[in-house]
Amino acid sequence: MNALSSLVVVLLLAGVAWVGGALALLRPVFGLAVPGLAAGIFLVGVATRVVGWARTPVPFRIPTTCGQQRSLPWIKASWIECPWTRSGVVVRMALEVLLFRSLFRNTRGAITTEPVAQGHGTPAAAPEGFPRAARLVYGEQKWLWLAALAFHWSFLVVLLRHLRFFLEPAPALVGVLAAVDGFFQVGAPVVYAADIALLAALGYLLVRRSSDPQVRYLSLFQDYFALHLLLGLVATGVLMRYYVRPDIVAIKQLTLGLVTFAPVVPAHVSPLFFVHLFLLSVLLAYFPFSKLMHMAGVFLSPTRNLANTSRMRRHVNPWNPPVKVHTYEEWEDEFRDKLEAAGLPVERE
Amino acid sequence: MADQTPSPEQLTQVDYRPKGKSWLDPHVEFRKGTYCYSAAPKNLTYLGLPNPRQWQPFDQDWKLPPDWKDIILAGMKERLDRYRSFRLFMDICVRCGACADKCHFYLGSGDPKNMPVLRAELIRSVYRRYFTLAGRLLGSTVGARDLTEDVLKEWFYYFYQCTECRRCSVFCPYGIDTAEITMIGRELLTLVGCNINWVIEPAANCFRTGNHLGIQPHGFKDSIDFAVDELEEITGVRVEAPINRKGAEVLFVMPSADYFGTPHYYTLLGYLALFHEIGLDYTLSAFASEGGNFGLFTSHEMIKRLNAKIYAEAKRLGVKWIIGGECGHMWRVMHQYMDTMNGPADFLEVPVSPITHTRFDHAASTRMVHICEFTADLIRHGRLKLDVSRNDHWNVTFHDSCNPARAMGLIEEPRYIIRNTCRTFHEMPENTIREQTFCCGSGSGLGTDENLEMRLRGGFPRANAVRYVRDKHGVNVLACICAIDKATLPPLLEYWSPGVDVAGVHEFVGNALLMKGERDRTTDLRGEPFASAKEDRAHA
Ligand code: SF4
Ligand code: SF4
Repeated sequence: MNALSSLVVVLLLAGVAWVGGALALLRPVFGLAVPGLAAGIFLVGVATRVVGWARTPVPFRIPTTCGQQRSLPWIKASWIECPWTRSGVVVRMALEVLLFRSLFRNTRGAITTEPVAQGHGTPAAAPEGFPRAARLVYGEQKWLWLAALAFHWSFLVVLLRHLRFFLEPAPALVGVLAAVDGFFQVGAPVVYAADIALLAALGYLLVRRSSDPQVRYLSLFQDYFALHLLLGLVATGVLMRYYVRPDIVAIKQLTLGLVTFAPVVPAHVSPLFFVHLFLLSVLLAYFPFSKLMHMAGVFLSPTRNLANTSRMRRHVNPWNPPVKVHTYEEWEDEFRDKLEAAGLPVERE
Repeated sequence: MADQTPSPEQLTQVDYRPKGKSWLDPHVEFRKGTYCYSAAPKNLTYLGLPNPRQWQPFDQDWKLPPDWKDIILAGMKERLDRYRSFRLFMDICVRCGACADKCHFYLGSGDPKNMPVLRAELIRSVYRRYFTLAGRLLGSTVGARDLTEDVLKEWFYYFYQCTECRRCSVFCPYGIDTAEITMIGRELLTLVGCNINWVIEPAANCFRTGNHLGIQPHGFKDSIDFAVDELEEITGVRVEAPINRKGAEVLFVMPSADYFGTPHYYTLLGYLALFHEIGLDYTLSAFASEGGNFGLFTSHEMIKRLNAKIYAEAKRLGVKWIIGGECGHMWRVMHQYMDTMNGPADFLEVPVSPITHTRFDHAASTRMVHICEFTADLIRHGRLKLDVSRNDHWNVTFHDSCNPARAMGLIEEPRYIIRNTCRTFHEMPENTIREQTFCCGSGSGLGTDENLEMRLRGGFPRANAVRYVRDKHGVNVLACICAIDKATLPPLLEYWSPGVDVAGVHEFVGNALLMKGERDRTTDLRGEPFASAKEDRAHA
């Protein structure tokens, strides 16, 4: 249901953009005003969210420790998984952000009552009525990690490749990137590995979300919406790159105009391009209000970006309020008889 | 165990395919065995907590205050402004589901709302509705829900089906810690008087008498004296165990179960033997007679209120530093909260072991050292005479308690002690230990009898791994460093993996420790004959 409705919404958005791109009257709106506005919302929105998080205090030092603490000098401590230095935290965060370290741990666990191979986990002497084979088994589960990694990295590569539309002349980096990315050339035009990875990863994530019973159950409209939006964006891009081949010069005129604040809307741009641009605009404008903010939020997560130095260095809570406690004096007064009878020392006789 | 307890076959029939309606429907059924009873009014009153009254979760009418909704929403607002963790975790979850099957309660129950991500969504959906533009405009289309009584009941059910173990947080790509969300959720429930007695009664006791069990100073002294007598009977050595003594170098704080529960008690005997043998200048306190802190399962404010006595007592007694006993959630508080809440501890000194002169720089600010850190250092420096054969009747595995593992990183110290006091040690499978350890299923105040079915379900992943090493290596004891573990793992193992005992790490130390002037010992601290003694008898 959510999968379908979000698909319909994305298709509608695409339809609107197609019409807008086809009508000369609306082209400035879809070619200039909307992208400009979307970029503005993106920048202001993301900044507002990040500042909002950053201004919220971190009252306690609560890292999740995933390895041995630094305690006695002869015990090998895990400087990355349980960091106590700044560099340890930086490396831990880098692994998290660049390689999705935590997701790499993923396994799949479930109770099963399937028969087991001899000598593997079956109770030797099962008590009366004990389900001999009922046990918890774990499986490797690296696909999610792989797909997530493939998606994020190839998206980045594709984004960087797009710099050639915004910078004149295109930076050397873009050329190198395109050369490497297009290394596995199959024919003309050059097929980019990143495009394939991006589509495959998004496809996997969508299939997983809609077919895995657990993930499907917990998925919301916006989860599918983000995937469909991205798929739409990538699909239109791929169509233009490999099949439709619109007027690149005209497009570049438009995009350069956008970033140099000298807007022009050339006449011969394919409506497909407007769909691409509009879906991107929607993505940008939607970004700050969505879970996609995890891109920035991951850097601020207190369970990962704090060092496990809770006992080494004092952490100050800016709002640490006074509380009502039971003082020793009150305690002694209440139990004086018993303290004295038991021969325990007291402060006041 | 109660008669209605389901059989292992019944409990392992778990279907992981979510059935029925969308999770947005908040209705829950309070089925016997899967929830805890409400907090008795007298306990709430004693602590000055809101809305004390007679009620039970299965009642239709929860007797909430008329403005309960405003109270909760205002409480949420306040916490969103005070905790970056809470605000961020509300905002950035992508619902990837990587955390879903990492929760022992989900694995054991198959209830989709026990997936950490959905547990968080229970509150996130309300956050969307009242605190985000999209939620206000689009409502349930984007997963926003009105705050209704049914939602509140659902919160109660599922936030008291999370043991705040942080396992999900290890696997989340953004480190989203559902334990943190549960803590806030329970705080909000506390604002309108929806608490469970198994948490609030210990908290009230602790506030009054100094410990969860409500033991008064003379009772405390009796228990300690009794332990001293018993230790003398076993070892022939009379030890000193001073209480409220001013001017000692070290204050020793332990969870109250150590002097009142079994098998905790053998751990206490181990501490007493150890401290005597190394001649530690220490004192116990009848006021700071509890290291544990059920405030952690109530609210941040309650943590601080109950924890205040530790530093206060250290200051009054004029000690130089503090050692803390074997307890899991206690150490979450001591490590991550105490200094911030009740410090600075500038009246104490940076801990230095009087025996080995090791400076515990990692505790330079909090000035409190874990007993396992302290003992591991002693062993490393060869300061203990140990006869490991005296633990030969034990075939040991080690259960990492959630808090030391995932909130401290205290992982190798207890293992080092075990390896140096026991000859047979086998690890459980990799993904059930260390930072990936599974909860006992009864932590965070859920270890009560009426909640037994849920405990057995939640404890299954742990018990399953124990059963694995029992069958593979003949393991017969599960070592741990947590008072709640020691209380709740024995019934859990009896149910899922019979034939495996539970013991504290310092019980092994006490067994192996060769004490000056001891008599020819033939039994361990439990009064069980040593393996060698058994053999002798067999030969005779
Ligand atoms: S792993 Fe983290 S981001 Fe993924 S669903 Fe769970 S809490 Fe959300
Ligand atoms: S903290 Fe533990 S009990 Fe709570 S949701 Fe996470 S894994 Fe489950």
